[in-house]
Amino acid sequence: MGGNAGELMIRIGMGTCGLAAGAKQVLKAFEESMDEMGVKGSLVSVGCSGTCYLEPQIELSKQGFPSAIYGNVKLSDVSSILGSYLSGSVEGAVALRERIGLMKGEANVPLFDELDFNKLQIRRVTVNCGKLDPESIDDYIASGGFDGLRKVLSMKPEEVIDALKASGLRGRGGAGFPTYLKWLICRQAVSEKKFVICNADEGDPGAFMNRMEAESDPFRVVEGLITAGYTIGAHEGFFFVRAEKPLMAARLRRAVEESRKRRLLGNDILGSGFSFDAQVILSAGAFVCGEETAMIAAIEGRRAMPRQRPPFPATKGLWAYPTNINNVETLAQIPVIFRLGPQKYGEIGSEKSKGTKVFCIAGKVRRTGAAEVPIGTTIRKLVFDIGGGVYEGRKFKAVQTGGPSGGCLPEKFLDLPLDYESLQAAGSIMGSGGLIVLDDEVCAVDIAKYFLTFTSTESCGKCAPCRVGTKVMLGILTRISEGKGEMDDLDKLRRLADSMRETSLCALGQGAPNPVLTTLKYFEDEYVAHVRDKVCPAGVCKIAGKREGIEQ
Amino acid sequence: MSQDFRSVANEIVIKYGESRSSLIAVLQEIQSRFDHIPFESMLEVSERMGVPLSDIYGVATFYHQFRLKPQGRHLISVCMGTACHVKGATIIYDSLRAKLGIEEGEETSPNGRFTMQKVRCMGACSLSPTVRIDGDIYGRVKPDELDGLLRKYS
Repeated sequence: MGGNAGELMIRIGMGTCGLAAGAKQVLKAFEESMDEMGVKGSLVSVGCSGTCYLEPQIELSKQGFPSAIYGNVKLSDVSSILGSYLSGSVEGAVALRERIGLMKGEANVPLFDELDFNKLQIRRVTVNCGKLDPESIDDYIASGGFDGLRKVLSMKPEEVIDALKASGLRGRGGAGFPTYLKWLICRQAVSEKKFVICNADEGDPGAFMNRMEAESDPFRVVEGLITAGYTIGAHEGFFFVRAEKPLMAARLRRAVEESRKRRLLGNDILGSGFSFDAQVILSAGAFVCGEETAMIAAIEGRRAMPRQRPPFPATKGLWAYPTNINNVETLAQIPVIFRLGPQKYGEIGSEKSKGTKVFCIAGKVRRTGAAEVPIGTTIRKLVFDIGGGVYEGRKFKAVQTGGPSGGCLPEKFLDLPLDYESLQAAGSIMGSGGLIVLDDEVCAVDIAKYFLTFTSTESCGKCAPCRVGTKVMLGILTRISEGKGEMDDLDKLRRLADSMRETSLCALGQGAPNPVLTTLKYFEDEYVAHVRDKVCPAGVCKIAGKREGIEQ
Repeated sequence: MSQDFRSVANEIVIKYGESRSSLIAVLQEIQSRFDHIPFESMLEVSERMGVPLSDIYGVATFYHQFRLKPQGRHLISVCMGTACHVKGATIIYDSLRAKLGIEEGEETSPNGRFTMQKVRCMGACSLSPTVRIDGDIYGRVKPDELDGLLRKYS
C-alpha cells in the first residue's frame, strides 16, 4: 500500500469535506513537523471515510504499531500527535483500526468500527473509502478490485443478468428500478451501437454519497461501468459528472486513464475479446439532469429538457441509440455482487430491496457524515444511533428525505424503515439517500418555501404544470411566511399539488409538491399559526410589524 | 479584445470539433479562458458550428455554470443546499453581500474584487454552512469569520 515497510505512514482525508475542514493546512503542518523532528514517512491523501464530523481526520500507522485515527485535528496539535504516537502512545486518538496491546492508552481508545457512527454500518461500497489511495490502481487491485469483473468476463451476458436478478439490486439513484431489468431491456434492444452512462451529476441538496464514493474509490465505479458495458453490449461509456464537484471529476478522469494503462479499458479487456472505453464529461449543472432524457439532451449539447417517455433511453437514448444509465452507487454495488455472489449479497436488506445503501446525514444533528447500512434500517437508527440525535437542548422535529422531491417526516415516523416503498407511503421518497435532520429551530413553512425556491429555479420550463405551478406555489408560501396568507391558501396549495403531480412531464414537477404536502400534512398547525395568528412559532419567518400591530 | 474573443473561440472549436455535442465543452473552455462567455465568442461558435446564435444563447443561459458577464477577481460561491440553509446560509450570504457593498440586482462588488453567486449544494453538507472562494472550500463557516476569509483574497 505504498511507502516502505516499517516507515511511518500518514493518511489524510482529502475529500471535499476534509478540504472544507482545512485538510490542506493540516497536510502542510505534518510535512513541516516531520521535517523539524527529522521523522521519515509518507503522506497519503485518501478520500472520505464517512465520518465527516471528525474532519480534518488523519490516520497514523507504522509496522508494529496499531493504526490510530485522530479527528478534528488542529494545526497546533500536529507535532504533539506525531511525537506521542512515535513514542508509543495513542492517547488523544479517537479510534484505532486494530488493537495490539503494546501502546500506552490503547485500552481507552475504541476501535474505529466500534464508534457509534460506525457500529451499525455494513461497509460494502464504502469499504475502501478513506483507507485506500484513490489514485492508486494497485491499491484497488490489492483490495480485490477487478476480481468481480474477471468473473463477469468469464460469464455470458445472460448469466450476468440472471445473477443481478438473483441479487435483488435496485437503482440507488432514487427510483429503485430493478437493475437487472434495465440492463435486460437495453441488452435486448437491437442496434449496431449502444451506450452506458454513469450518472455522477449528483444534484440533490443534502446528498453527497456519490461524491464520496467516486472521490474515495473511483476504480470501483469504473469496474461497475465496464460490467454494464459488457452485459448490455456497449463499447462506449460516459461518466457525466457535475462541474460543481471538481474533485470527483478529477478522480474519475484519473481512474479512467490508469485503467487504460493497465488494459482494463480499451481493446480486449483482460484477454476476453471484449473492448470498451469510457470518458468523463463535465455537466454544466442543472438539477433536471437527474431525469435520464434531460441528461441525454445535455450530453448531446442541448438544453437539458426531458422528453415524453416512452420510448425509454434503454431502447432510444443517446443519439437515438439504446442507452443504459445508472447512478454512481448502483455501479459501485456491481463489483460487490460478483465478488460476494448474488445470494450472499441479497442476504441483507429488506424484503423488496436487497443490499446496502449509503445515507448522508446532515443538518441539525450531532454527527454528520455518510453511513452505509442495510436497506430497511429505521430512520431512528440513522438519526439517533448513528447521527447522535439533535444538539443538546434542542428537540427533534423532522427528517427531510429525498431532496426537493421528498418530504419532511415527523417524530412518529422514526421507526419507519428506510426503503423505497415505506418512504413513498409516508409521502416522501428515498431519492438518493440524503437525510437532513430538522430541529425545533426550523420552520416548516420556511422549509417548504426553501424547496419551492429550489424547484422553481430548477424547473426547465418545458411543461406548464411545473414551470407555472412551482412559481405559484412559491408565491403562496412567500405570502404565508410574511404573515399575509389566508386560510384558503392551504387548500389552494393542495389543489395545485394534485395538478402538478398528475400532469407534470417529469419527476421534477411531479415531486416538487412533496415538501409542501408533507409539511401541510404533518405540521398544519404551523401553517395556521402563520396565517391566522401571524406568528412563526420557530421564529424563522419575519412577519413584519406584527408586534406593533401596524401590519401592512 | 473582441478579436481575441473570436479567435480563441475559434481555436477551441477546432480543439473539440464542430459537432453539436461538443457545444457544452466548448462553452466551458471559453468560460475558463475569459471567466465568462463573451458575446463575440458565441457568435464565432455559432458560425463555426452552424448552430443558430439563439440556440447557443439558450444553452449558455440554461446551465448554472455559465455566466455572460465578466466576473470580479475572485468568485465567492455560497452553498444554498438544504443542510446549509438550515444552518444559516442566508445569513452568510446576506452579510457577505453587505460587507462587499454589492448592490441589489448585481453580482460583483463595485471595486471589482469579488463576484458572488449562490450554488445549490457542493456536497460538503456535513460541514455546513459552506462557502467556496475560487478553488478553496471552507466549512462550518461562522459569520464572524467572514472578514478574515475575505482578507485572504486581495
